[in-house]
Parts: sequence; C-alpha cells; structure tokens
Amino acid sequence: MASRAKFKDTDMQHIIGWILRGGVAVSMTVVVIGGVFFIYRHGESVSDFHVFKGIPDFIGSPKKVLQSTLQLHGLAIIQLGIALLIATPVLRVVFAAIGFILEKDRLYTMISIIVLLVIIVSMITGRIG
Amino acid sequence: MSVILFTIIIVIGAYFAGLLGSLTGLGGGFIIIPLLTLVLHVDIHYAIGGSLVSVIATSSGAAAAYVKEGITNIRIGMFLEIATTAGAFTGAILAVYVPTTYIAVLFGVILIFSAIMSLQKKAEHILREQSPLVKRLKLGGTYPVDGEMVEYGVSNVVGGFFTMLFAGVISGLLGIGSGALKVLAMDSIMRIPFKVSTTTSNFMIGVTAAASAVVYFQRGYIHPAIAMPVVIGVLLGAVSGSKILVQATSSNWLRWTFAVIVTLISIQMIYNGVTGKI
Repeated sequence: MASRAKFKDTDMQHIIGWILRGGVAVSMTVVVIGGVFFIYRHGESVSDFHVFKGIPDFIGSPKKVLQSTLQLHGLAIIQLGIALLIATPVLRVVFAAIGFILEKDRLYTMISIIVLLVIIVSMITGRIG
Repeated sequence: MSVILFTIIIVIGAYFAGLLGSLTGLGGGFIIIPLLTLVLHVDIHYAIGGSLVSVIATSSGAAAAYVKEGITNIRIGMFLEIATTAGAFTGAILAVYVPTTYIAVLFGVILIFSAIMSLQKKAEHILREQSPLVKRLKLGGTYPVDGEMVEYGVSNVVGGFFTMLFAGVISGLLGIGSGALKVLAMDSIMRIPFKVSTTTSNFMIGVTAAASAVVYFQRGYIHPAIAMPVVIGVLLGAVSGSKILVQATSSNWLRWTFAVIVTLISIQMIYNGVTGKI
C-alpha cells in the first residue's frame, strides 16, 4: 500500500494468468501431437502397466527425450509436453519473483527465491536418488 | 486391453476428475489414482505419476481463470508455498521407501477426510483485525464481493504454515493436490475467506505438485502413455469446472454426490491396500 511503484499487483495477476494459460496451451498442444503419433502407430498394441518397469530407455533422460522427439517418437513428444507442463508453475514462480523485484518488495522477492531453491534442490536430488 | 481403448477410458475418467476437482477445489487426483489402480490395474507408482501431472494441469488451468478475477491472494500463496514445496519434496523421497500397501491405505484415509471437509458448511467469514506478523508479511488483501472490494485479515500464520508443510508431504507421497488440507489450513486455521482459500489453494497446488513431479519424472514414475490421456481429460474437465465456479458457487447436491463417491472409493482403496492387492 505504501509504495506507489509503477508495477502493481494487478499487473502481476495479469502476467501470471497469462503464463499459466500460455504454458498449459503450449504443453497440451505438444502432448496432443505426441498422442496422435503414438495412437496412430501403436493404437492396436496391448497396454500393460500392471508391473512397474520405469519408462522406455529412449526417453530415459532429457537428452534422449529431445533426440527421440526429433525422430518423431510419439511417447517422446508426449514426454516433452509433460516436461513443459511441469515447468509451467515453476515459470510462474520465476515471473512472480521478477514482479516482486519490480514492485521493490524485498521480502517477497526472497520468499519467491526460497520456493525456487526448494524446487531446484528437489530436481537435483531426484536425479541422484 | 488395446492402447486405444485404454486411452479412451482414461480420457473420460480424467474429464470427470478434472471437473469435480476444480468445482470442489480438491484437485483431480482423488479419482485418477483409484481409476488407474482399481479399474485398470495400473501399478500405483505409475498412477501417482499420472495423477501428479493431472494435478498440475488442473491447478494451472483453473488458476489462470481465478487469478484474472482478482480473488487469488498471490502473497499468501507464495509464502505458504515455501511450506508446501518443502513438504512435497520430502513426500516424494518418502514415496520410494514407503510400501505400496501403506500408500493405498493412507490414500483412502485422506480421501475420507476430504469428503467430510467438503460437506462442512462454509460460512464466508471476514476477519477485520491483523496481527503484526500478518502486517509484516502483507498477507491481508481485498477481494470482490458483489462487485465491491472487501478487505480481509489473516490469523494463526504459524499454525497454517505447519499444516501446509503436512499438506505438501501428503501431496508428494500420494501424488494428489491435497487441496482439502490446504483449504483446511487457510479457511479453518488462518480464517481466510472461503472463496480466497479455495482459489489460492488451487493456485498453490501446481507449484507443490511440480516440486515432487521433478523427482517422479526422473525416477520413471511418469509414463507418457498414461500421462497423455490423463492430462488431456483432466484439463478439459477443469476448463468446464472453472467456468461453472466463476458463475455460481457449488450447490449442495454436488457436495453430497461428491462425498458419497469419494467415500466409496476410499473404502475400496483401503480394502485393496489391506488385502495387498495394490
């Protein structure tokens, strides 16, 4: 209330709404495209997920997902879309942090950065474990 | 079962999960996981992975609409996300070590709790006074009531924060949004107006789920053949749901239908967990 910064909470709400919408739209488009490829090629195959076997090797790492995507592997394209979907709320935190910097709100800039750090730690530990 | 039939069944089930999830503010996981494990006999780890993805889609899809309405309190959300993301990370790590039997039973228990929570009468209370901590954290806000902006305060920040930590652990462990716990923390403990609580809960669910999804993604719990129909169905359902909520508050029959369905599903999950079928 005290500060009359040019960048206001309503601007941030607008941008965050836009990011969420855009992120979902882009990732879903990618998922649907991958789904079409996958169903077209493997629609008649038998699906069995009764026992946990992880995921196929050709999508086993970010690098492999990208390589297989270029080869138009349906599952790889879907996985890329899902990665983009997971990135959407993270991107939202990044933009909120930028918004708080513009509002000159130090406390909430810090809070946003802490949230990002928790996610980064989670990302790094997930790979090791 | 053929891939195409498997995909179609999940899309339809996920549509209803997304619809109910956004109408009740509880996320879509409570239908996705039982559908995948009980009906389609999918391993619970894949189910949790697929559900987490659906939770992110539901939250982001609906939150985009609410944020623009100006109901969501971004500061409350951001502050409490410290607790939920830290909890979600812990939960995702725990999920590797906790036997699936316990996960299934815990899932059922949380579901019953969600059903009870959803039946409670939600009085729209507005807190006027603000403690020094609340002022320091700038948690109070305004939200539209009948076209006018009304100011509200927040109480018991510490209690709310710790409940959110727990909500995060449950979310990470079970692959659900744990919206019921988030609404409990904000509505009952922090005394935030109900409409603000539900929309802010929805807003937080995506980031919370992302914190554990990055762990699941790398461990191979998120299988694209399952996640694809889940995410498409849920998103279509969430879009339908958010349109209904913005126009009118959820009616009584909807809450009762939801509570009955959820209780039946919970009993199934607990039963299958105890007998070791999951």
